[in-house]
Amino acid sequence: MDPLMLSRWQFGITTVYHFFFVPLTLGLAWITAGFHLAWYRTGKEQYLRLTRFVGELFLINFAIGVVTGLVQEFQFGMNWSSYSRFVGDIFGAPLAIEGLLAFFLESTFLGLWIFGWGRLPKGVHVATIWIAALGTALSAYLILAANAWMQHPVGYEVNTAAGRAELKDFLAVATNDTAVITFVHVMAAAFLTAGALVAGVAMWRLVSHPGKDDGAFRATAKVGSVILLIAGLAVAVTGDMQGKLMTAEQPMKIAAGEALMNTEQPAAFSLITIKSLDGTQTLVDIRIPNVLSFLATGNFNGKVQGVNDLQAQYQQTYGPGDYVPNIPVTYWTFRLMIGAGTLAALAAAWFLFRMRKGKLPTKGAVTVALALPFLPLAANSFGWLFTEIGRQPWIVFGLMQTSAGVSPTSTTLDVLITVVGFTVLYGALAVVMVGLMARRVRDGLPEAAADQGLEHEAEADLGFGY
Amino acid sequence: MDLTTVWFALIAGLWIGYFFLEGFDFGVGILAPFLGKNESERRALLRTIGPVWDGNEVWVIVAGGATFAAFPEWYATLFSGFYLALFLLLVGLIVRGIGIEYRNKRSSTAWRTRWDMLIALGSFIPALLWGVAFANIVAGVPIDASKNFTGDLFTLLNPFGLLGGLTTLSLFLTHGLTFLALKTEGDLRARANAMVMPVGIAAAVIAVAFLGWANAQRGSTLSEVTSVVAALALVVALVANRVKREGWAFLLTGVTLALAVVSLFAALYPDVMPSSTNPAYSLTITNASSTPYTLTIMTVVAVIFTPIVLIYQGWTYYIFRKRVSVDRTPVKS
Repeated sequence: MDPLMLSRWQFGITTVYHFFFVPLTLGLAWITAGFHLAWYRTGKEQYLRLTRFVGELFLINFAIGVVTGLVQEFQFGMNWSSYSRFVGDIFGAPLAIEGLLAFFLESTFLGLWIFGWGRLPKGVHVATIWIAALGTALSAYLILAANAWMQHPVGYEVNTAAGRAELKDFLAVATNDTAVITFVHVMAAAFLTAGALVAGVAMWRLVSHPGKDDGAFRATAKVGSVILLIAGLAVAVTGDMQGKLMTAEQPMKIAAGEALMNTEQPAAFSLITIKSLDGTQTLVDIRIPNVLSFLATGNFNGKVQGVNDLQAQYQQTYGPGDYVPNIPVTYWTFRLMIGAGTLAALAAAWFLFRMRKGKLPTKGAVTVALALPFLPLAANSFGWLFTEIGRQPWIVFGLMQTSAGVSPTSTTLDVLITVVGFTVLYGALAVVMVGLMARRVRDGLPEAAADQGLEHEAEADLGFGY
Repeated sequence: MDLTTVWFALIAGLWIGYFFLEGFDFGVGILAPFLGKNESERRALLRTIGPVWDGNEVWVIVAGGATFAAFPEWYATLFSGFYLALFLLLVGLIVRGIGIEYRNKRSSTAWRTRWDMLIALGSFIPALLWGVAFANIVAGVPIDASKNFTGDLFTLLNPFGLLGGLTTLSLFLTHGLTFLALKTEGDLRARANAMVMPVGIAAAVIAVAFLGWANAQRGSTLSEVTSVVAALALVVALVANRVKREGWAFLLTGVTLALAVVSLFAALYPDVMPSSTNPAYSLTITNASSTPYTLTIMTVVAVIFTPIVLIYQGWTYYIFRKRVSVDRTPVKS
């Protein structure tokens, strides 16, 4: 255990954890805003009650996203000070702008929304949740632009005398093609995640507590499932576009993700390949001819470079060294991401099928409903693990290796304390958070009466405020 | 003025915003379990900061981000150097944020009492540690030729650092009390008003000692003048409290905090992190800064968006300007 390994574990643990909550926030903000707007436009009590129900789940989730986000900003400096010195001229700007443009917007307007019931004019009140939702999306773009620069650095020059990368073209960084496509992919995944939670929760209520707000939960299960399916399609399309971009910009990542050792033309797609532990014998190998060529290049006869050839190329470009990421991890996380996402889409399709023409799913749907919200969470995590581990050994592709980015001041004990500390704290928070979510779901739709014809401001935020 | 100086001033401005705003909600967080005698009182106390605390906290996130963008070397040295102190601070901020959001999500008394204690502790730790951090930054810490901090947690816990911590803690408590006096009614208001004087006098003594010591170590005309005015502002705040001018008292405890920040930054300038090992190793606004191009971009963004942020945050305070009363804060079942 050295500080480098521990710092990597810490980044992995805190970031994967943070990203359980981020997509839910990104998606639920808009779904809550949608229900609130529906209530504002139609005046139907059901939409008000749904706004509060989904809004409550959104807020419970949002709180953890906020506090774990603090750690994200601090740990670049704490654990990765050499990285921060090298990239600060470029990487710092999107972070600062994210705070100024997005975090102020979401935190301030969510405060207004939570406490604004009965205090703000109804139209203004609806606007606050829409502005907060906009803030969350803006924040996603800026942090992904920062990450995209690590995957595909643009608009910079390396100043060797100063020992850092320097910004030459801000617009190029802000409109990095990797950032744009990743943003759409992540937003689509966020809607998939939020849709899965809403659909799963509503279906669970519908099947296990029939006769209580059936109409509202049926509608919600449908809305959630439809959002999930549309988002799933967008995830697949943008994922495909990312794959082609990756082939051009980070060929080693796609080769490792496919465990393609030698360059092939045309290249077959490995559906499942299992090798013996020492990697010499292939035990299972199911391949679809030409498909990898198409996925990577858009042409069924395209050439896809293999790990061994890329390793030789990189040694020529960057000097001696091992430029191959962990192949089993990239191979499996890539497949598990796609697999978990596809399962979620199938579950949503099945929900819609079982609910057609006013029918009700059988009790068996309860298990699917309970499992559904967790599938996208798994897919999201696998996706990030794939893209971050697939970039290794680089922290900034082609410019700086991860081992060079770690804080030289970190001692093993220091990092051990923080890894264990954050992990234990995060674990405890997860227990509390899931407990609260489950409680809210068990309670069902809150009553709406308190909001209407308010005489006393006190009752205004009965459902939300403190 | 050079852009590096502009950004040094802007970062000072972000810390002013942070101390002015989150200063009072740290104070309220620490005081709530002790000042509130029953559930509805504690709830009313925390409600005064409910709609705004998260927006207040963003000031420090932006300060951190701005430091990263404008002075990457400062960000890197400070965050990697003050490692365990920042870890403790983060744990405090995490626990208190969750506490404020979750305490009313269940009606169980045990649940609420536990969160109230965690909110108090999670407010106490950062209220103390920000002062420790700033005192050490101003006094200088061991930094080597490659800009790396060479001390540990206990390097920071020196007498001057601890006095700095007590300064922010006591000033935040005073600021929290003047805020509560302004935002509550009845008994709570009377209790908060009564506590301003004793806590404020203690804060004045500690702050004068700290700022005096800071200026003796490294002072400039500006830092000395602002220190004196900060002390005066606190005295006038206490007078305003005596004559029941609650708005003025709150504003002036805020001004005290703002001027204390100005004083520390003025003492620091043009260094950002002086080295106690060798003055030649000090980080300055020049050797720690980003390129002029990056600073220009950042300046454009800041000039356009900071006024907008101030307007809508100000509007929020206007919307929630009413006092919070115990009677109108129902206990949710």
